[in-house]
Amino acid sequence: MNAISAFAVGLLFGMGLIISGMTDPSKIIGFLDITGAWDPSLAFVMGGAILVGFVAFRFARRRTMSFLGGAMHIPTARQIDRPLILGGLAFGVGWGLAGYCPGPAVVALGAGQDQAVVFVIAMLAGMALYETADRFFHARRRRRVPRELSDVAGDA
Amino acid sequence: MIDWAHFTPWSSLAGGIVIGAAAAMLVLLNGRIAGVAGILGGVLRPAGGDMAWRLAFIIGLLVAPALVGLLAEPAPPTIEAGYPVLLAAGLLVGAGTRYGSGCTSGHGVCGLSRLSPRSLAATSTFMLAGFATVYVVRHLLS
Repeated sequence: MNAISAFAVGLLFGMGLIISGMTDPSKIIGFLDITGAWDPSLAFVMGGAILVGFVAFRFARRRTMSFLGGAMHIPTARQIDRPLILGGLAFGVGWGLAGYCPGPAVVALGAGQDQAVVFVIAMLAGMALYETADRFFHARRRRRVPRELSDVAGDA
Repeated sequence: MIDWAHFTPWSSLAGGIVIGAAAAMLVLLNGRIAGVAGILGGVLRPAGGDMAWRLAFIIGLLVAPALVGLLAEPAPPTIEAGYPVLLAAGLLVGAGTRYGSGCTSGHGVCGLSRLSPRSLAATSTFMLAGFATVYVVRHLLS
């Protein structure tokens, strides 16, 4: 049941990305080019999504269980730390270079964009690289927060 | 200067509302955050038993273009980056979103919807890095 609803959500999410124009990297670069010919579309996408999301998360916060009966995995981390900022910087540079972020890149891959195939393979390699480095450093020095907990707590 | 030729306020707002509805469904039905980097990253870090919904979500993303294609012919995208740049960018996006615990959907949409200061810091950081990168590539290098 969880998988069926996740499939439907993925489908809807992907349709939203296509309708909004975000699967076209030139729309992303156009938004990030604030000193040139600026395309504010991305701000409207985020505005529309946050409008709905704000109501939904206010409602979700009061629930102890999901409607399908599972636990609520809502992030609890609050600290603004070095990984958050360094990770954000690296992501922002890559985003500005290609015009793809993870969601639109996966949808563009589904649409058969050749460039998205290359980008997604590199992105998965980057994610795997992070996992390997994380495991290596985790083994070297035990963190205060166990990894299983930090995963649920930190992931946005 | 606003690029009126490419600005799509209405379809972008409509698409954004659909994205918000999807994020709402995932948190209310599955109790999960619709952060694509986190969902993909979780597949690479199997935590036992929560693989099915992650893969199902990703398959949904992959199938979406075919479904939209039945209703309308999408405009062809414009991609400026060459393959070496795409490779480097992909590595940065993959490692960066995992190290920073989220991407445009996780921090940008879900985190800001939750009014999370942490996600606001992350979103501001990657937006500023994106602005700076495009400025360098478009206006300083070319």
